Amino acid sequence: METDPWGFPVSSDALPKVNVDEKLGSLTYKADHHAHITLKDNATCLNKCHDKPCTTVCPAQVYQWEDGQKKLIVSFENCIECGACRMLCPFDNIQCHWPRGGFGVQYKYG
Amino acid sequence: MTEEKFDAIVVGAGPAGTSAALTMAKAGLNVVLLERGDSPGAKNVQGAVMYTKMLDEIVPGFWKDPQAPVERPITEQKIWVLSKDSMFQVGFKSEKWLKEPYNCFTVIRATFDRWYAKKAEEAGVQLFTGVTVSEGIKKDGKVVGIKTSEGDEIYADVVVAADGVNSLLGQQLGLLDEWTADEVALGVKEVLSLPREKIEDRFNLEQGEGTTIEIFGENTRGMLGYSFLYTNKESISFGVGAKLSHFQKTGIRPPDLLEYAKAHPMIRRLLKGAKPLEYSAHLIPEGGYNSMPKLFADGILIAGDAAQMVNASHREGSNLAMTAGRLAGETVIEAKKKGDFSAKTLSAYQTKLRDSFVIPDLFDHKDLETMVEKHMDIVAEGPELMAQSLYDYFQVDGRPKRDVQKAILQRLTKNPAVRALIKSELTLKNEFSLVKMGVKLRLLLWKLTHGGSL
Ligand SMILES: Cc1cc2nc3c(=O)[nH]c(=O)nc-3n(C[C@H](O)[C@H](O)[C@H](O)COP(=O)(O)OP(=O)(O)OC[C@H]3O[C@@H](n4cnc5c(N)ncnc54)[C@H](O)[C@@H]3O)c2cc1C
Ligand code: SF4
Ligand code: SF4
Repeated sequence: METDPWGFPVSSDALPKVNVDEKLGSLTYKADHHAHITLKDNATCLNKCHDKPCTTVCPAQVYQWEDGQKKLIVSFENCIECGACRMLCPFDNIQCHWPRGGFGVQYKYG
Repeated sequence: MTEEKFDAIVVGAGPAGTSAALTMAKAGLNVVLLERGDSPGAKNVQGAVMYTKMLDEIVPGFWKDPQAPVERPITEQKIWVLSKDSMFQVGFKSEKWLKEPYNCFTVIRATFDRWYAKKAEEAGVQLFTGVTVSEGIKKDGKVVGIKTSEGDEIYADVVVAADGVNSLLGQQLGLLDEWTADEVALGVKEVLSLPREKIEDRFNLEQGEGTTIEIFGENTRGMLGYSFLYTNKESISFGVGAKLSHFQKTGIRPPDLLEYAKAHPMIRRLLKGAKPLEYSAHLIPEGGYNSMPKLFADGILIAGDAAQMVNASHREGSNLAMTAGRLAGETVIEAKKKGDFSAKTLSAYQTKLRDSFVIPDLFDHKDLETMVEKHMDIVAEGPELMAQSLYDYFQVDGRPKRDVQKAILQRLTKNPAVRALIKSELTLKNEFSLVKMGVKLRLLLWKLTHGGSL
């Protein structure tokens, strides 16, 4: 089996490209104007971070790289508060706190 | 709510926190339970299989409560291994699990957490929801209270940190560091609606009973993890999780993986016609015993996911959280009798955890993940190899059976991943224990055949 540099199999079947907004449409949020996620520094994303794992791993696609503006767009209002981004940024560039009490995602099932 | 003093503050109304609060309130302690969600459960995600025994110890006979938030008692548990187009399964079903005291139930966490917190309130716990704890307050090195994101301060003899896998409180108080991407898994999940009769027909269930399937193989695309499919009353919970570091390295997007798994030919037939109700994602602590933080300090205890108390290979977490919460509560009750909340007195918590199943189970599974990760090529290739072998074994193609079996064996032993596995497991230590086992077996047989008592 063909593998990538980390030893993971490279499969010929492409994964489906899911429209994450559609998934998030099933959720209820209590929106907070106060941003609970902040980037320490956009230059790190631009100059140092080639893989930009936040743009793939975040299950709510909060992070999107805007090629034209050379900027990482953070749609914090889509966050479903899993906490993964705090651990996956290789440059510790993301500050992700909780939304203020009562705000943010409201799971009906969970 | 400012400047009030309680016996205990519990942070987080999940299984760990509510168990701790309820246990203490039952003993007459003045307890406040703080939850950042608008209601308990609003932030929580689980499969969700909830085990009876650990909850029964806190709310005896809970399933008899007409409001009990249980979906279906599980009477059958299956494990599947998938290749691209095939499936191998093992499972166990028992009528015993349809009767008291049951083994486990599926639940919907949002409903469950609300019910459980209500039980705590009935026992005297003061519950405040929509309150995010931002930091702990220390005095002379001892934790004496907490501060909320709105700036309120609350004081107590003890704080129980039960704030889940993202324990910002534990971090802020210096009990633990941020987990690495290797110490957690990321799970994405969907609840899909399906009529009651369809569920029972499709999964071969009698009225009310439920089934669970844990699915390994193709559905995680070579990453370490698995999918789960659990039947609720009128919905299916389906999710997939894998190590966060593996998502990071492969660049696989979690929702894409979820849809990929849902579309697998063996899974899609079970989900046919089921309508997605809600998407969710959550981390699962998977560092286990090796990642556990210090569990107590002056004026503070830490329980549940916040302390990495998950036995991932057995999908157990909520039950460890409940037992740890209860034991934290019992520790505080004893400390209160002594009037001493120092680390020394609170260390009884760790002893209690050792005497329970919590620490022994975490200890016994501490090296499992590292061991499996050494053989990721088997994780990736094994399912396909297994499916090929079984296909050949069951396919009647006119070849003599002995030739078919020989060919299967040859393919297995020629596979580099299998060879590497055999080579690494054929250590002197392993051979020695094999010999030891053989001798024991011979002795046992001898005793049996010679009528000696064992
Ligand atoms: C996809 C998935 C499937 C799972 N399946 C199973 C299963 O089938 N069976 C099983 O036993 N386990 C399962 N688990 C694990 C189980 O969900 C956890 O082990 C369990 O929920 C841990 O309970 P807890 O009380 O420690 O943490 P949590 O349930 O996470 O509760 C923590 C609580 O603290 C609150 N909180 C956090 N920070 C603050 C703060 N600063 N201020 C106020 N409140 C705060 C949160 O909102 C939350 O309510 C699964 C986990 C996942 C993610
Ligand atoms: S992973 Fe970190 S450094 Fe890289 S793009 Fe995202 S925020 Fe920037
Ligand atoms: S917490 Fe989870 S959902 Fe929110 S931005 Fe971070 S990775 Fe995305």
